[in-house]
Amino acid sequence: MNPKTVPEYLHPTIQFQNVTYSINGSVHHTLVSGIDLSVDSGQTLVLLGRSGSGKTTLLKLINRLLVPTDGQVVVRDRPTIEWDPIQLRRGIGYVIQEAGLFPHFTVAQNVALVPSLENWDAARITARVNDLLTLVGLDPAQYASRRPHELSGGQRQRVGVARALAADPPILLMDEPFGALDPVTRAELQREFNALAKRLGKTIVFVTHDLREALLLASRIVLLEKGRILADATPQEFPRIDHPEVRAFTASLAPLSGVQI
Amino acid sequence: MSAWRFFLEHRAEILGATANHLTLVLIAMAFAIAIAVPLGMFIVHRPTLRNFALAMASIFQTIPSLALFGFLIPIPFIGGIGRRTAIVALVLYALLPILRNTYVGLTGIDPAVLEAAEAMGMTESQILWRVRLPLARAVILAGIRTATIITIGVATIAAAIGAGGLGTFIFRGVAMVSDAVILAGAIPAALLAIVADLLLGWVERRLRIV
Repeated sequence: MNPKTVPEYLHPTIQFQNVTYSINGSVHHTLVSGIDLSVDSGQTLVLLGRSGSGKTTLLKLINRLLVPTDGQVVVRDRPTIEWDPIQLRRGIGYVIQEAGLFPHFTVAQNVALVPSLENWDAARITARVNDLLTLVGLDPAQYASRRPHELSGGQRQRVGVARALAADPPILLMDEPFGALDPVTRAELQREFNALAKRLGKTIVFVTHDLREALLLASRIVLLEKGRILADATPQEFPRIDHPEVRAFTASLAPLSGVQI
Repeated sequence: MSAWRFFLEHRAEILGATANHLTLVLIAMAFAIAIAVPLGMFIVHRPTLRNFALAMASIFQTIPSLALFGFLIPIPFIGGIGRRTAIVALVLYALLPILRNTYVGLTGIDPAVLEAAEAMGMTESQILWRVRLPLARAVILAGIRTATIITIGVATIAAAIGAGGLGTFIFRGVAMVSDAVILAGAIPAALLAIVADLLLGWVERRLRIV
């Protein structure tokens, strides 16, 4: 849990260097283009944008689920194409919408996945699973042996976060992790996650289309439109940027007119 | 002669034929499973081979069973009159349901689960063995169940090439124009199919997740 336990050689930095990604290399299906972006260690960078703006594509370029058509993505001082994808991914936590938990595994087995792939001994895995479940607010005695379908959406997402943190990766990628939750549960998880992120000191890249969420969690907001970066600002500066797309997002925060509370 | 009296008088013979029939089916199913399940796993990431394998398995299914038995007789090593030829034909028939269900089960998995598995740093073979296969097992078993029912039925025709089994009574009954003799083969075959269906259906439900 302590950031000091991260070895020096795992210095977490992500750099996009003039990155373009097109489906099958076709210029007609370019999803992101000319991306230059550097994520500093310990930062929570939020990629904000509408559906189809290229946020998820950027995320998948980091853990090499996708490979750039042009340019390169450097993770921990090495381009992703030079990394063994398995080793690269084991050092990067990944949380997605609906959690993507393994339905045939118990909660404990889900959380233990990466440690068991890394051949940790059983006692260490058990201790780690208990620590993590406690960390995400699930009592291990009550939840460790349950299956994902026996949990609520919010609980599944907590397990998803615990699973991503299991091997203590220096980098955490999150793709609208709270997007499918009801508003009350979502706000609860956002608050807890915010506190957790500050404590863990991970480098986090977080994808969302919700400006409120971005303002709450980000140390830096990058706005994407049609595969390009439109704005790059702190949460304090962001709402004051004079750009139609920024105004469109800030307008989405305005209270509904005519609704009496 | 009533069917019931024929049953009583020939019960040893009927029981023997049922055992023989069951043996044929079990041997054929063992081979079919041993071929189709690994093949299904093998073709998950090989589209060309997948199309070829599924097409071949479909072709075997379209050949009328009696014709398939006939075609196999002149083929050296696997052919001839008797049990071996019958088993080869039954295996060919059973391949498609098992192969197709194995493939569908292995590929019809929630994309979010597969994406998570890949992003966690699981290798392709770890994903296959630890994620795809356990999640596909109920669907694979459903294919085995279908194939078993088909095989129990088709195995009655194996008597035509001297493989024995319950078909012996059916062919004899047709020749004798005797319902009683036909029923002596047909009823045990139907019972076998029903029992196999219930049993495998029960196992399938046990394997299902959620």
